[in-house]
Amino acid sequence: MDKLIAASALFGEVNWENMWDATVETLYMTVVALLFTFIFGIMLGLLLFLTDRGQLWQNKTAHFIIGAYVNIFRSIPFIILIVLLIPFTRTMLGTMLGPSAALPALIIGAAPFYARMVEIALREIDKGVFEASKAMGATNGQIIRKVLLPESMPALVSGITVTAIALVSYTAMAGVIGAGGLGDLAFRDGFQRNNPEITFTATIIVLIIVFILQFIGDYITNKLDKR
Amino acid sequence: MITLQKLAKVFNTKDGAVTAVDDIDLTIDQGEIFGVIGYSGAGKSTLIRMLNMLEAPSEGTVEVAGKPMHTLKNRQLREARQEIGMIFQHFNLLWSRTVAENIAFPLEIKGLSKSEQKERVDELIKLVGLEGRGGSYPSQLSGGQKQRVGIARALANNPKVLLCDEATSALDPKTTDSILDLLVDINKKLGLTIVLITHEMHVIRKICHRVAVMENGKIVEQGDVLDIFRRPRQEMTKEFVKQVTEPEETEEALNHLFGEEGIGQVLQLTFVGGETQRPLITDVIRQFEVDISILQGKISQTQHGSYGSLYISMRGDKNTVKEAVDYIRAQQVEVEVIHGG
Ligand SMILES: Nc1ncnc2c1ncn2[C@@H]1O[C@H](COP(=O)(O)OP(=O)(O)OP(=O)(O)O)[C@@H](O)[C@H]1O
Ligand SMILES: [Mg+2]
Repeated sequence: MDKLIAASALFGEVNWENMWDATVETLYMTVVALLFTFIFGIMLGLLLFLTDRGQLWQNKTAHFIIGAYVNIFRSIPFIILIVLLIPFTRTMLGTMLGPSAALPALIIGAAPFYARMVEIALREIDKGVFEASKAMGATNGQIIRKVLLPESMPALVSGITVTAIALVSYTAMAGVIGAGGLGDLAFRDGFQRNNPEITFTATIIVLIIVFILQFIGDYITNKLDKR
Repeated sequence: MITLQKLAKVFNTKDGAVTAVDDIDLTIDQGEIFGVIGYSGAGKSTLIRMLNMLEAPSEGTVEVAGKPMHTLKNRQLREARQEIGMIFQHFNLLWSRTVAENIAFPLEIKGLSKSEQKERVDELIKLVGLEGRGGSYPSQLSGGQKQRVGIARALANNPKVLLCDEATSALDPKTTDSILDLLVDINKKLGLTIVLITHEMHVIRKICHRVAVMENGKIVEQGDVLDIFRRPRQEMTKEFVKQVTEPEETEEALNHLFGEEGIGQVLQLTFVGGETQRPLITDVIRQFEVDISILQGKISQTQHGSYGSLYISMRGDKNTVKEAVDYIRAQQVEVEVIHGG
């Protein structure tokens, strides 16, 4: 009972409705951005891998261009990337308000990050299985679909888990452009209006989201890994 | 079945050109088990990889099952490859697939329907003796079982030729034997042509009909396995032959004996072909006034009969011993006096 009173005192200033909305916004941004990051990241990572020397689509120029793109966008601090992309987002979505406005920046920032992990995962595959597949007369498409992706799947999933967690923290920064979410709430209502309880609660929720993501990611990775 | 002409492969490396295969002419007949032996770096892998164009030749021609492999591109090459099975030292299975799914892989590539795949996979699992393991993952199998999966996968599309790149080098002797038995079995049952490369002479001895010895990218000697064992001409070949004919530590063991009194004459008898069945030693003791003791011996079976050597010491009157030795020689058993001659 005492504890409950203490808790209600601690969370007295928290507006749970706002907190819930912010949580949904964060989840929305994370999940949608994650979906696109997964698709684009795998495409970029595959291209990066396949155009490298000695690989199926060996191509120096293409490899250089994709590599440069990935490195540049991976290196720009996210907060700056959001600002840089404001004109782009505005033409694309017609608005700069709401959580959707953060999506282009989130995806453009996270996809190259994930692409590198995809490339590393693909490099880990034993060269012998390519040889064997080629010796069996597989087409490049078959090698990609039936060998490259399935054989690297556990690493691809653990990579997307790491990326998902990075995305959660990116969404917190997306508040600057008015995208909402828990980070925004913690900063505006918590910090600027001097309500540490709100900052504290938002932090706890972010942590819970991260833990759940990590748990799901680890679970799937273990399920997939038959090595 | 396989014809190589003036085949060469030069790798351009940072350290300059490396000639891995140097002007090889070779013909391998339908249904034979052909072995290629050589030390590490001799160019064996490069040679076998040029048979299915995993490595493109720098020069020369490769004809397999009537197809000029070196001229084929894309689709034609892929179709030709489906008629050539290959197994590897490290098996190269897909760990994300079960045994049955691994074996089905080449069938998927060929575009068989699910039910056709299943039927064929069941046949193959039986053929290689893996009944009941179809649902296991490679990580749950022993090395020998993994290689059985490799063999089943290689045979899935009924190839005309099976290429084996050091297929038993990662296995222990007993497992090696069981895999070799399986290969002989398949060769007989399906009339499959098998090309295998190895650095172990007992693999050649056990299953090959013909053998080529490779050194520095060239074939230095080739012929029927038994002939090669009988009359190895090149130093390199002799060394390989010794791997199987000389019992391990023969020299130390015998040297130790030479010091003993009354050891008499120490002889190395080399049996080639069917002679081992005959009671040669009994014959000698019956016909000559000599004492014989057997010091060491190792007799092995080849595809064409027995082969091996026996170390004996012979005591008796000098002339009688000489006569006895001549008698043994007359039985087409080679005799080398290695002590007290
Ligand atoms: N991709 C490559 N690039 C450059 N040099 C190569 C390449 N592959 C093989 N070589 C060289 O060719 C020579 C023959 O190699 P190969 O692998 O055919 O030998 P091997 O007889 O199979 O040896 P091992 O018994 O060790 O497998 C070696 O000198 C090797 O360094
Ligand atoms: Mg090799």
